Amino acid sequence: MAIVDRVGSALEHGPGRVVLSSLDALFDWARSHSQWVMPMGTACCAMEMIASFPFTKFDSDRHGVIPQADPRHADVMVVAGTITRKMQPAVIRLYEQMPDPKWVIAMGNCTVSGGIFYYDTYSVVRGVDEFLPVDVYIAGCPPRPEAVQDALMQLREKIRQESIGPNTRHVRKLTLPGPGESRASVEPSEPGEVG
Amino acid sequence: MNIDELRDHLCGQYPDLCPLFSIEFGDGTLQVECRGLYDAAADLKSLGFDMLGMVTAVDRGEHFEMVYRLTSREMSVGMFLKCLVPRDKPHTRSLYDLWPAALWQEREVYDLFGIEFDGHPDLRRIMLPEDWVGHPLRKDYQDERIIKRPDYI
Amino acid sequence: MSLQIEEQRQTEGPDGRPRQELVVNVGPSHPSTHGVGRVVVHLDGEVITKADMIIGYLHRGIEKMCENRTYLQVVPLTDRLDYVGSMYSNWAYCRAVERLAAIRVPERAEYIRVIVAEMQRIASHMMSIGSAAADTAAATLFIYSFDERERIIELFEELCGARLTYNYVRPGGVAFDLPEGWTDSVLEFTKAHRKALDLMDRMYFGNVIARGRLKGVAVLGRDDAVAWGASGPVARGSGVDWDLRKHDSYSVYPRFDFNVPIGENGDAYDRARTRLLECYESCSIIEQAIEQMPTGPHKVEGQPRLIMPRAGDAYDHIESARGSLGVYIVADGSPRPYRVKFRSPAFCNLALVPKLAVGHTLSDLVVVLGSLDPVFGEVDR
Repeated sequence: MAIVDRVGSALEHGPGRVVLSSLDALFDWARSHSQWVMPMGTACCAMEMIASFPFTKFDSDRHGVIPQADPRHADVMVVAGTITRKMQPAVIRLYEQMPDPKWVIAMGNCTVSGGIFYYDTYSVVRGVDEFLPVDVYIAGCPPRPEAVQDALMQLREKIRQESIGPNTRHVRKLTLPGPGESRASVEPSEPGEVG
Repeated sequence: MNIDELRDHLCGQYPDLCPLFSIEFGDGTLQVECRGLYDAAADLKSLGFDMLGMVTAVDRGEHFEMVYRLTSREMSVGMFLKCLVPRDKPHTRSLYDLWPAALWQEREVYDLFGIEFDGHPDLRRIMLPEDWVGHPLRKDYQDERIIKRPDYI
Repeated sequence: MSLQIEEQRQTEGPDGRPRQELVVNVGPSHPSTHGVGRVVVHLDGEVITKADMIIGYLHRGIEKMCENRTYLQVVPLTDRLDYVGSMYSNWAYCRAVERLAAIRVPERAEYIRVIVAEMQRIASHMMSIGSAAADTAAATLFIYSFDERERIIELFEELCGARLTYNYVRPGGVAFDLPEGWTDSVLEFTKAHRKALDLMDRMYFGNVIARGRLKGVAVLGRDDAVAWGASGPVARGSGVDWDLRKHDSYSVYPRFDFNVPIGENGDAYDRARTRLLECYESCSIIEQAIEQMPTGPHKVEGQPRLIMPRAGDAYDHIESARGSLGVYIVADGSPRPYRVKFRSPAFCNLALVPKLAVGHTLSDLVVVLGSLDPVFGEVDR
């Protein structure tokens, strides 16, 4: 199934072997197995995200996941923790600084729906998908580090189904919700247009 | 030192503050007029209360109640200092000159209640964005973004 | 001609080079783990001339939310305040409620509360020392200290099922009694932890690079610490001998025999070292508490879920890992509090950043923030 298995078995039979596959499979394999994560941690979920990424007990490094503080070096933004109205412009700016292809994981109840801060508060954004296109949602308050790794595996499956062609979803423009709308939307950009 | 000893000590040093001191739930409270707040605070500071722990306000309807929590290290005791601020155009004197700890605490009270502090060097919003309208911790704060929790106890 | 040279000199600094002020924005998304704080620094070369700390990026309105919850429903909200110290945040709130409602907590529950609070203090200091070290690129200490923290989190998971936000200390006692054999695991942990602390001490505090980065940075004098309302290791690192567990003692702390480490110079090194030494003392308190703990109920018998204290207000405080965490509750006789105010030590300590950062370089700004140990859930509430 995976291109790496075919390459491995081809090499076993000696040099000069040819492996036929699609470019999509090759690129998707490379992208899904080296997800470089930008940890956008604000609150309690950031503690579990830190426990999951660089540390020895849960060790995401074996999956090819490396935390990168700079958004320009990252593929995946993991939003962990409550996002408030004051923080929202900063998150959008960092999302726009990430180069394509990029994905977003919403970690924790606060980023999924507002969580425990859904009622009675004036400054919390109820779910980060109000302004970002989310690929994987992780529920939990906070979710276990194993759940974060499970989300990375699910994102891997999702990336495997994508294509690297020009008019595909990962080359996109982000439109924030207008008055009366509640969800952000993404549109594929025109061929040749830079996203 | 316990609360009764504190009361005796206070009455000995500042007899005119004595009738304003009361004890409730095991804690002492000095209730003053807001005009005399700075002088009472200066008296308490010279009595030995060197730490200003907390500055906050409570919306009591017709007026705001300013609550200050003072702690004395050498006497190992804490007490409240309270004053009532009128609701329209609420303002009181800043205690920054006595305790610089009041700098950020008073900014927070200004941000969330709208009470202005005369003499504060840098009075601006601290928790909410600069362009926010309204003061959320007031009881009559209206905001259509708030979703009220259903009343099932 | 001479006028022109005059003007040119005026735009030059004291060493003859032209001066130009640069304004740099640091944050709110830090690569460090302190959270979402933003500092706008005015630089003259590398040296900071003015630093403005902007907070509020995690202001969730918890105090307003508390007004529409019952007293028991507020406890999970206190978990999210100082999220690396959920146990003692719950405890501070429960003490204020118990003072207001005149609830007497059974002795076993007090001992359990002390044990979990001290373990939480160790966990919090491990996070604080680790992330402060990671900011100075000492990544090894980060990994070692988080490993110790994982041991404590595993013990808490055995106790109450959660890893980070426990909701365990409730008004009237604690939620569940200790499982079988839990205290033996804790004693094993404290024995191993002392050795780990020795290793961390040698590895980081004895390291010449760490000393060079931390010593002499962000010096806070003793009178300034008191006047600016600093508490906890920030004040104790400056020589202020004030620890609520000893000097305004509460719960069963008077029965334990422990020291309070005090620093001398008030710089970042002293504060970090104070935190490390406090972990040794916490191990000792935990061992004494396990030895002295009586049997009995773990919460008040017949405690109603709906607590309705009579009208009035109360303030109570505990010594958290960051300083004196106080809770002020105003009750009006209904099942919901009228106002809850959390006196957050990290908020008061963070007011010192504009004062401490001036005169240091931009790379020292990170050390300043790390030594003040903010947790923005508590700062912003």
